[in-house]
Amino acid sequence: MKVELRGITKRFPGVIANRNVDLTLIEGEVHTLLGENGAGKSTLMNVLFGLYSATEGEILIDDSPVNFDGPNDAIAAGIGMVHQHFMLVPVFTVTENVMLGVEPTGPLGVLDRDQARKRLLDLSTKYGLEVDPDAYVEDLPVGVQQRVEILKALYRDADLLILDEPTAVLTPQETRDLFEVIKTLKASGRAIVFISHKLKEVLTISDRITVLRRGEVVGQTTPAESDEHALATMMVGREVSFEVEKTPAAPAKAMLEVNKLSVLDDRGQLAVSDVSLDVRAGEIVAIAGVQGNGQTELVEAITGMRKLAGGTVRLDGKDVTGQGPADMFHHGAAHVPEDRQKHGMVGAFPIKDNLVLNSYDEKPFASGIKVERAAVTENAQRLVKDFDIRTPSIDVHIGNLSGGNQQKAIVAREFSQAEVLLIAAQPTRGLDVGSIQYIHEQIVRKRDEGCAVLIVSSELDEVMSLGDRIAVMYRGQILDVVDRADATRDKIGLLMAGSRQKDATA
Amino acid sequence: MNDPQNPKAKEPPSTDVPVEEAVAERARAAGVATQGLDWRNVILVPTLALLAGLFVGALVMVFSDPDTLRSWASLGRNPGKALSDSWTLVYEAYSALFKGSLGSPRAISETIVSATPLIFAGLAVALAFKAGLFNIGAEGQLLVGAMTSVYAGFTFDFLPGPVHVTAALIAGFLGGALWGFIPGFLKARTGAHEVIVTIMLNYIGLLFVNFLLKSEIFIRSGRTDPITKPVAESAKLPPLLGAEYRVNAGFLVALAVAGAIWWLLFRSTVGFRFRTVGTNPNAALYAGMSVGGTYILAMVLSGGLAGLAGASQLLGVQYSVFPGFSSGYGFDAIALALLGRTHPGGVVMAALLFGVLRSGATGMQAATSIPVDIIVVIQALVIVFMAAPELVRQIFRIRADKQAEQDTLSASWAT
Repeated sequence: MKVELRGITKRFPGVIANRNVDLTLIEGEVHTLLGENGAGKSTLMNVLFGLYSATEGEILIDDSPVNFDGPNDAIAAGIGMVHQHFMLVPVFTVTENVMLGVEPTGPLGVLDRDQARKRLLDLSTKYGLEVDPDAYVEDLPVGVQQRVEILKALYRDADLLILDEPTAVLTPQETRDLFEVIKTLKASGRAIVFISHKLKEVLTISDRITVLRRGEVVGQTTPAESDEHALATMMVGREVSFEVEKTPAAPAKAMLEVNKLSVLDDRGQLAVSDVSLDVRAGEIVAIAGVQGNGQTELVEAITGMRKLAGGTVRLDGKDVTGQGPADMFHHGAAHVPEDRQKHGMVGAFPIKDNLVLNSYDEKPFASGIKVERAAVTENAQRLVKDFDIRTPSIDVHIGNLSGGNQQKAIVAREFSQAEVLLIAAQPTRGLDVGSIQYIHEQIVRKRDEGCAVLIVSSELDEVMSLGDRIAVMYRGQILDVVDRADATRDKIGLLMAGSRQKDATA
Repeated sequence: MNDPQNPKAKEPPSTDVPVEEAVAERARAAGVATQGLDWRNVILVPTLALLAGLFVGALVMVFSDPDTLRSWASLGRNPGKALSDSWTLVYEAYSALFKGSLGSPRAISETIVSATPLIFAGLAVALAFKAGLFNIGAEGQLLVGAMTSVYAGFTFDFLPGPVHVTAALIAGFLGGALWGFIPGFLKARTGAHEVIVTIMLNYIGLLFVNFLLKSEIFIRSGRTDPITKPVAESAKLPPLLGAEYRVNAGFLVALAVAGAIWWLLFRSTVGFRFRTVGTNPNAALYAGMSVGGTYILAMVLSGGLAGLAGASQLLGVQYSVFPGFSSGYGFDAIALALLGRTHPGGVVMAALLFGVLRSGATGMQAATSIPVDIIVVIQALVIVFMAAPELVRQIFRIRADKQAEQDTLSASWAT
């Protein structure tokens, strides 16, 4: 199968999201679309998948032009897409999700689950996509849900599989598993479109790389002909540095003292047990660990969003155990939450309101119960400028901004208010190179201003480049806290996998 | 990235990215959607929903009128007659409807009288909705508010006029607030769903009021049928256009309260909290707002507004409480809050519209023998079209605006 996009231009009212894009996708090849957030990668793929119709240009499959009126046409033509946000029914089983829409039926239209299940198992064995067909999707980890999405596409006989930022939600281990799957699919003669902005991954998995910037193709290359630096430059359009520039930490007194903290998760299971940790003023402590080892609950407990099951928290010498988010905020602690859309912002509110989300009722933003709109506006104008939030206006709904700019807005709000402690959970998840670099610089700046900084990240690179000390969490416990100077990728990686080896330094 | 020779360089360079322009475009298209003032969604869709409702209502009239149906039965012989009979029927019905509601000073007065309690009750539902709560209990809150208000109305007769009216209104507010507090408190403390609790409290409120009507404290002396003592003269809301018209100061109070609620929602920290909790309770929790406390306060205020609906009807029109005191104002309120897009300004307009339908219906029945109930059908149809804006857009070919859509409706009417 060969799919060609010729001269695709997609205009939205007053804007061009894709401009004259040519792209050829061939079977047995992994073709990467690389570009920053907002470069037009997803728009292009949505055109191919029939979700949008192109303003100009044509799509050819095996040299004959096709016209997709909707995803159903694309699916019928053998195109499958795994969206960044999964389209699964949480309360259905894996089998039910996979067969949904193309259910095999017996006499009288009775669902033939067994047939679907059998076909699913065949596919699953064939491509190494291990999954329990009878498990409920809501009980599955994200990585497995993604496998279900891929199986869904394969079940519909997809010859071309579009994976939209598939690794954004995965742990390093899950990413490796996914890459194995991609290789098997490639070997079976399928064409794969891999969308990403993570350069290391792109260089590992791609056969061909097309770089998009501002809606246009700015270059095409192969991993052999390119390297991280060249790709980044092409993608961003200017030189970027990967190294976080920072001087050695000058830690002062302990600002955050967590002592024997235990926390339950939503199901009432112990998610954090007996964790003790100090963060001192002027240092960055990075918590490494595979997603789901209690980091989320630990941060929620420290910031007052979740009840403690035991232990104490002290902030700047004061006992703040069990105090709520508002109290923590008043004590000078700021928090960039892990899930920015769920917790960090109100998508349907304008940017200026989101920038006062936790200080809306304080001076100068309020007098009595009256909102001082001039102060809110002034604050927003200042932060938009200081933190380089790219938006046409402070009245735009924050939900309409790109992920990078949403995160910048949250960072702006929290960083401008952090006095004693800054907690940032997954501060750069899903962001592009430019934004990551920017946020890293800001984090280091906060440290140098004398703030105690606690970072949680499942990205090993981020932990290694930011942390002055690195704490590794595994199954609700901190296995070890390592000074940056003594930390190696291997050592941290092993700890993340749960091995508490004593011989690493020996 | 930024060419210094670029003639566009006077624009801020940072926004020079296609997708961000797209964002800007979408934002402009959505108008000042921040406060739901986008005219297309706030005015146009409801208006078209109304037109569609009136049209389908006309069909119902035609096909439920025996004479007109007969002329349709002989369509083959005389097609013109079927059409002209239908047209005459519908024309007469609707012109009687609008004449009966807007055609004379008295008609306008009656329309405003019908609209007044609807404004209060509609604001009640809209306010709760902004905080993410679906208050189905306005009817019960209205009745309880009417009872507390009538009590103040016939008891505190030693107070001078303006003070007494104010006290009776406040009493009505407090009664409704009490009835709203219960579901708010239960939701905050136990998570009990406010829809279930408010529905049940409607029955409890209605039956409790019926019980009180026969009690010593309330029953009018010398009467055995359940009717309360009348409120004192000093507690009556003064008429606006002299004693011959029923329109009274309650309408002005309603408009003032609508203004106050708008201010509260969009200009105060309380409203900021309501709207945050209503749109994203997780973010509210993260930002340190008390979600439970907000639910309680929103229900108390919402109940209080519904209580004012009862009080205004009592002090301005009925002067005493009796069975059937509220002709479903609390339920109409849900519909018109939806029609008004849960915006105070929209609620006032929707309430006036419902007032037109209600007060014109009697005239229509007299003129054409079309039953008053057709009004209920039209109201229901308008709501159906409102609840399915996609349908209205398809019919009238309007471009969709998903953003504003989600702001007002799909967010939590369904949950």
